[in-house]
Amino acid sequence: MPNFRNLGILLRILLLVNVVAVAAAVVKTTLLRDLWKELLDISAVVQPLLILSLLALVALSGVLRRLPYAFGVLAVIALEFALTALLHGMARTFLGVESASLGRHLLLVFIVTILLLLYFELRSRALSPALTEARLQALQARIRPHFLFNSINAVLSLIRQDPKRAETALEDMADLFRVLMADNRELAPLAKEVELCRQYLALEQLRLGERLRVEWRVDRMPGDALVPPLVLQPLLENAVYHGIEPRVEPGVVSIDIHSDAERVHAVLRNPYRPGGNHHTGNRMALANIRERLQLHFDAEAALSTNATDDAYEVRIVMPYVKGVGHD
Amino acid sequence: MPLRVMIVDDEAPARDRVRDLLADCADAVPIEIAGEAATGHAALQTLSSQPADVVLLDIRMPEMDGIEVAQHLRRLAYPPAVIFTTAYDAYAIRAFEVHAVDYLLKPIRAARLREALLRAQAAAPPRPEALQALQRAPRAFLSAQERGKVHLIPADDIVYFKAELKYVTARTAQRDFLLDESLTRLEQEYAGRFVRVHRNCLVARAAVRGFEREGAGGDSHWMVLLEGCDERIPVSRRQQHIVRELGRP
Repeated sequence: MPNFRNLGILLRILLLVNVVAVAAAVVKTTLLRDLWKELLDISAVVQPLLILSLLALVALSGVLRRLPYAFGVLAVIALEFALTALLHGMARTFLGVESASLGRHLLLVFIVTILLLLYFELRSRALSPALTEARLQALQARIRPHFLFNSINAVLSLIRQDPKRAETALEDMADLFRVLMADNRELAPLAKEVELCRQYLALEQLRLGERLRVEWRVDRMPGDALVPPLVLQPLLENAVYHGIEPRVEPGVVSIDIHSDAERVHAVLRNPYRPGGNHHTGNRMALANIRERLQLHFDAEAALSTNATDDAYEVRIVMPYVKGVGHD
Repeated sequence: MPLRVMIVDDEAPARDRVRDLLADCADAVPIEIAGEAATGHAALQTLSSQPADVVLLDIRMPEMDGIEVAQHLRRLAYPPAVIFTTAYDAYAIRAFEVHAVDYLLKPIRAARLREALLRAQAAAPPRPEALQALQRAPRAFLSAQERGKVHLIPADDIVYFKAELKYVTARTAQRDFLLDESLTRLEQEYAGRFVRVHRNCLVARAAVRGFEREGAGGDSHWMVLLEGCDERIPVSRRQQHIVRELGRP
């Protein structure tokens, strides 16, 4: 059921019913100059019903939304019939107006009500994937401001002493943000994602130096496998933020990607100190990646995490979808 | 006399950047770099032997964050003025505004740094209440002042805190330290880790080995037995419920 307390929905009902009324007037009149009078006549019947209906729907909105959809439809039709009969009866007894038969009115009301409900149903179906997508996109673009500003600061420090490295760092940053800001709905080759991760880690290395050690085990990685973009980079960002930055001693972030005939496995590991104040950011990234994996691969993909005394591990399994690309 | 400035940041490029900027400010404020440190520990150590006028202090650092470092700095014979630096920390920035604590956002601009240094020349070290309000987690260390030096005692090593006259004594497996703290504040800060056994003593839950009944008849009471310390501490009547809570009597 649409939310009848929503102004947009109410305005749509008002507009559509009045369009139907105008159409009816156009059909009924033969001469254009009589149109206005005809419209007034129709309005006298339609507007009271329309306004009463809207008031009733706003009042009952909560109840209607809780009903299963089919019952909701029946309830709305019953409501409209009752209001029509009421107004028809009142017009006859109090105003002495003789209008068309009740049956005709009821039929018209029935058709208009059904059409409106159908319209709202189709509209909500068309909109909801867009909503999900907008949400995913928003979450995806959320790189930590902490990382952005610290990286800019690190690049600034290089400009005078080591302009060449500053250039490379800015290029890496540009690539990273290009992907972060891109439309990431389509799957992309794993090799590209790994390249992005390398650029990201190069930037972190710039800031953290010796403290960050990276171990890549990707010799058996299927570079052509198609994966959701940014499926690994946010996890590495978490690994650095929660695993490396809180430590004085150096720590190792390891990335292990391999595959068998049907599946691609990725295992990310970072040092971990239990009780450290983790995790809202971490959980959000995990939930987002999980949701995207599900969107693309449904039940065939899985993400699991495992925290031991001194290590935190994220494991992703995805179906091996071969790309036809050039990578 | 040049302004002696110390740079504390866990990221080497960030320290380099501040050093470059300080050189840029030198025409307006004569500056001498008193030292650089990558951790709060190192900073405190350096500062006990070579005092500085101003410390540029990063907030997010491993082991001991900048807010905690600033609290320990107060134990120095000559506590420096503090200018916090941070790349992004919405919570801290709001708190700094509220308590009028000086801070700089990274990347730092030379002009802003110059202003902050000029202000700091005249400023006192940050007020303890302001720093306490900024603190988000219990301090990892407690600090004691001994012959002009600052001792850092890991909070995890402390077996008990005891209030005596003006001071609080912290006992570790090795020795005692005199702290300039209040028992009430320690109790609030370390709620969950330390428990009050009587009016003037907090005991580390993790250090409780057991309880023993002492005395006879109406005069008898419980004593706490502690790990890494032979001393036995009486449990007051009011706090007897902790014997049941922690108890392996």
